[in-house]
Amino acid sequence: MRDVNFAMTQTQKVRLKRALQCLRDCSVASSPVIVADTIPVNLEDNILKGHGTAELEGEVVATLCGAVERVNKLVLVRPFRARYKPEIGDIVVGRVIEVAPKRWRLDINFIQDAILMLSSMNLPDGIQRRRTAVDELNMRSIFEENDVICAEVRGSQNDGSLHLQARSQKYGKLEKGQLLSVSPYLVKRRKQHFHYLEQYGVDLILGCNGYIWVGAHSDGGGKNEDFEDLSAKLEDKMEVEVSPLAPHKEEASSVPLGTRENVCRLANAIRILSLLGFNISMELILDTVVASVTWNTTVRDMLGGEFYTRIAEREAERRSSKRATQV
Amino acid sequence: MEYVSPEGLRLDGRRPLEMRQINAEIGVVVKADGSAVFEMGNTKVIAAVYGPREVQNRSQQLSDQALVRCEYSMANFSTGDRLRRPKGDRRSSEISLVIRQTMEACILTHLMPRSQIDIYVQVLQADGGTRSACINAATLALADAGIPMRDLITSCSAGYLVNTPLLDLNYVEDSAGGPDLTVGILAKMDKVTLLQMDAKLPMHIFEKVMQVAMEGCRAVAQYIREVLLENTKELEYRRGL
Repeated sequence: MRDVNFAMTQTQKVRLKRALQCLRDCSVASSPVIVADTIPVNLEDNILKGHGTAELEGEVVATLCGAVERVNKLVLVRPFRARYKPEIGDIVVGRVIEVAPKRWRLDINFIQDAILMLSSMNLPDGIQRRRTAVDELNMRSIFEENDVICAEVRGSQNDGSLHLQARSQKYGKLEKGQLLSVSPYLVKRRKQHFHYLEQYGVDLILGCNGYIWVGAHSDGGGKNEDFEDLSAKLEDKMEVEVSPLAPHKEEASSVPLGTRENVCRLANAIRILSLLGFNISMELILDTVVASVTWNTTVRDMLGGEFYTRIAEREAERRSSKRATQV
Repeated sequence: MEYVSPEGLRLDGRRPLEMRQINAEIGVVVKADGSAVFEMGNTKVIAAVYGPREVQNRSQQLSDQALVRCEYSMANFSTGDRLRRPKGDRRSSEISLVIRQTMEACILTHLMPRSQIDIYVQVLQADGGTRSACINAATLALADAGIPMRDLITSCSAGYLVNTPLLDLNYVEDSAGGPDLTVGILAKMDKVTLLQMDAKLPMHIFEKVMQVAMEGCRAVAQYIREVLLENTKELEYRRGL
C-alpha cells in the first residue's frame, strides 16, 4: 500500500493497524476482481458485457482490477485507480496547458487533454456575439497557461477529443486558492459540486476528475482579468499538490489571514482523507475540519502521524457504529 | 565450480526446480499512475507506469490505439561494480524493446486512442533474471494503474547446466556459459508471448527446459494474483460506501 511520507511512531502504527482492521471488518461483502479473473454470471445468455470486461472462451473475464457491478443485465468492472472517465455534465477542474488557435487545452487527469473552445466561453463583456479575430488574439487575456479553470463536460467529439464548456457564471478562472489532486474514484457524483462554506468564507469545488479546488470565496465564477494568477508556474505532476497562497498585488483585495488559514485547514483535511483512501464527501471533510479544531491541531500538524491515526480511528468508529445501528 | 552438487543442490542451496523467493509491493512511486517493486531472490526491480496521458510527440500519435513506450535502465549501483551505463546502450535498448512488445501484446490499446502509456523499469539490484523481473514488475504496475489488459503476463528464466534443467538462474549460474531461456506467458490463457534463448539446445532438451520455465511462470502468476487481490480489497474496504 502507498506509504505516507511522514514519520509515525510505533504506537501510532499499531493504532493505525487496529483502525484499519476495524474498517476491514465493517466493510460490506464485496466482489473485487483482478485482471483475468472470471466473473461469475448466472445466465450465460443475454448478459451485456460492460466496461472492464471481455469475453474469453465463453466466459466473462475482467480486464481491470476493481469491483464488479451488476445492473440488471449489465455486468461491468469499476476500477479503483484509473484515470478520470468523463460523463456529459460533469463538473471538472483543470489547468490550462496550451493556448491554441480558437481553443485552450486543459489537463484534467483524462487520457488526453481536454479542449475548451473559445466559442464555449463567455466573453468578458458578456455580450453574445460571434468571436472575431480580435477575440482570438485576446484569448490570453482571458486564460493563460497554468491557469486553473472550472468547467463542465460538453461531450466528446467524433475524433475522440473531449470538449468542455464554461458558459455559466459559476465556471471560469479560479483564484486565491489551492488545487488538490486526489484519485478520481474517491469523488462521487453528487447533485452539488460547488460548495460555499459560510462559516469559513471558503469556496470548495469537488471536480469529478479528482481535482479539488479550495479557495477564498468570490462572488460569481470570476474571470477577472486584472488579477495575476497565483497558481502559475507550478509543477503539477504530484499526487497531492500544493499551490501556496502568494500575497496579492496592491490593487487586488488581499485575503484575510483567517480565511487563508481556513483554506489551508480544509486543504489539509482533504489531503489526509485522500492518503487514507476514504471517500471525499462534504460531510467527511467538514467533520475532519471540526475535529481538527476541537483537538486543537495546528494546520501544520494536520499532516502529521498523530492526526492521521486519529482520523483513521474516528472513521473506524463511525463506520462500526453505523453498522451496529443498521444491524 | 559445481553448479549442481552430487546431492542435487545448487550453489545457493536450492533444488534444480526451485525458484528463488519472490516478493512484490504495489504503489511505491506516489507520483506515478501505477508502480511496483518486484524481487526475485536478490534481483530487485522497480517499475513505474505513467498514463494513459496525452502524447508528448504529436507526430507519433496513433489515431486508433494507445502508444506504448518502455524504457529499461540499470542503476549504477545495481551490479557488483559501480558502472555508469549510457542510457541508450545496446543491451538496454534491446530489453526495452522486448518489454514493450510483450506488454503491448496484452494491453487493450484500442480502448485508449490518441494517448500514450509510458513504462519505466529500473533495475536496483541485478542478480540474474532481470528481464523476467522487469516484465513481472511491469505487469503489476500496469494493473495498479488501471490500464485494461487481456491477461497478466508473467515471466521466468531457466537454464541447463550439468545435464539438469535449472529454474530461475542467478547471476553466477547465468555467467556459467550454459543456455539461458526466458519465457513470458499469459497467465490465464497459458499462451507464450515471449521466448528468448541465447545458446543452442537439442530439441528434446529444449522442451524440458521450456516446461520447467513455464511452471515457474505459473508460480509467479499465482503470487502476483494474490498480491493484486490483496491490494484491490484494501482499496475497496478503505473507501467504504
